[in-house]
Amino acid sequence: MDNNWLRRRALESIYHAKSGHPGGVLSCIDILECLFSSILEYDLNNLDSVHRDRFILSKGHSAPALYAVAAKAGIIDEGRLNGLRKIDHELQAHTHRGATPWVEASTGSLGQGFSFAIGEAHGLKFQNIKNRVYVMIGDGEMQEGEIWEGAMFASHHNLNNLCAIADYNKLQSDDSNENIMGLEPLYDKWKSFGWNVLEIDGHNEDEIINAFKLAKDCSSAPTFIIAHTIKGKGVSYMENVPAWHGSLKLSDDELRDALIELGASKNEVEVAIHGR
Amino acid sequence: MEDKKPILIAKTGDSLREAFGKELTKLSQEYKDVVVLDADIAGGTGVHHFRDKYPNRFIQCGIAEQNMMAMAGGLAATGLIPIVTTFAVFMLRAIEQARLSIAYANMNVKIVASHPGLDVGPDGASAQCLEDLSCFRSIPNMVVISPCDPIEMKQATRAILEYKGPIYMRTGRSDTKRILDDSYNFEIGKGVILRDGIDLTIVACGVEVARSIEAAESLAKDGISARVVNMSSIKPIDSDLLEICSKETGAFVTAEDHSIIGGLGGAVAESLAKSIPSPIEFVGTNDVFGESGEPEELADKYKLTSKHIIKAAKLVLTRKK
Repeated sequence: MDNNWLRRRALESIYHAKSGHPGGVLSCIDILECLFSSILEYDLNNLDSVHRDRFILSKGHSAPALYAVAAKAGIIDEGRLNGLRKIDHELQAHTHRGATPWVEASTGSLGQGFSFAIGEAHGLKFQNIKNRVYVMIGDGEMQEGEIWEGAMFASHHNLNNLCAIADYNKLQSDDSNENIMGLEPLYDKWKSFGWNVLEIDGHNEDEIINAFKLAKDCSSAPTFIIAHTIKGKGVSYMENVPAWHGSLKLSDDELRDALIELGASKNEVEVAIHGR
Repeated sequence: MEDKKPILIAKTGDSLREAFGKELTKLSQEYKDVVVLDADIAGGTGVHHFRDKYPNRFIQCGIAEQNMMAMAGGLAATGLIPIVTTFAVFMLRAIEQARLSIAYANMNVKIVASHPGLDVGPDGASAQCLEDLSCFRSIPNMVVISPCDPIEMKQATRAILEYKGPIYMRTGRSDTKRILDDSYNFEIGKGVILRDGIDLTIVACGVEVARSIEAAESLAKDGISARVVNMSSIKPIDSDLLEICSKETGAFVTAEDHSIIGGLGGAVAESLAKSIPSPIEFVGTNDVFGESGEPEELADKYKLTSKHIIKAAKLVLTRKK
């Protein structure tokens, strides 16, 4: 599983937007692809059906990853991807409910998508709707107090239809989690908050899909998947470099190098840079 | 128009929070999608009535307002009508959640805040919210209302359930004066003239409406004819009515149990500045925090009583052209 096409399309959209957050996009995109291609139950022709699984990208700044995955799934038009962050365009920098199909919550302020997902999980259970709710959070996001408010609520109310995934790439905006405000011991923390906790390699398709299956089988608690990932995964000059969280702008040469490393032909690179 | 004398029903009547809690419970038989979110304070907000009748629809969120507020957006996304309840001041704690997960996402959530203003009394400044109207009013998509008596509160409770979209509503802690009768008709976006007059218009909301009527009665004895408007809908505000009042009376006093910055007074001033400007005096707290004390003592110290409305009315008349 390289998901190179997804990585290329996401980076291309960020390049044309002239701003964005490539590092976290590349760390979470494999998990999103697994969710959309193998796990989420939904009807492409009836995306608003009450009987659908929900996915919320609480780390909303990784929206370009979700948009690329949604384009591959046929939910949004691939031709719209390069309109990301542009005025009068439906692809907002951070996911926004109502603007884009599939998007449940408006995100971009960390912690809130997690709570929103908890609300949906509780609402579905309350109405005896059997679908599940998936929410992805960032690692730095766990520094928000709201996450722990929600963690207590979800286990107290046994929201076993809820599965949260942490994109644990160990880096946040300015520096490593460890240097900014340490998160460990993460497994123990979530365990002690009453969650079913799984730990996986967030770039390994088998492990990802297996974890989602284990989550579905757990009836006694909500599930928290700690997905170990690499920030900037797939583009060597971005990997594990905090500056690629969001403060650097992709130059032509940088995009070219990235696309080539991700398997693009020369022609594909030119199309990506000069427009479709 | 017939003058309506405010009747004190403290001994037999309800506070605004009680009126809300009881009416919500009653209406929830009809509105089966209503769920109530509480942050361990149901006895204070009036929703203990709902909890007793509908324990399964009552969602205890613990003392965790940020999660409660954003969660309400998610509940609404599944088709429910969540009512978020706590003290007004703790709504401020979660205002960014109200902004993003409710207002920006345009979710059908009702935020109902008890304990607004100095009416909170002895619990002091930390619990007395004097900034909520201005904060919530500035959020796009958010309707802001502050009913004045138990009759209006009952009607407003139905109105917020019928309305589709985010609403912030103030209730109140103290026993209230009854002002209205069943002929009253609350409507979002509409102000109502409770007493007619030609020299000036007093525009009030919440507990200040009763004080404004008392002030108007007293002013009448001095030969000043004051119109009283109950402006329970602070956003959207009834600009048409304000324009008419400006044309017909040419001077205003606004009265609210809230800071004079950005609340009802601010909304009235903004509206009039765009139509027919008239001089305005603002009755409200003047950029200060409250303190412990009984509501009436606090209202006196911080200049919210009928006496202060009278003073403001006389002052604004000196500025009237």
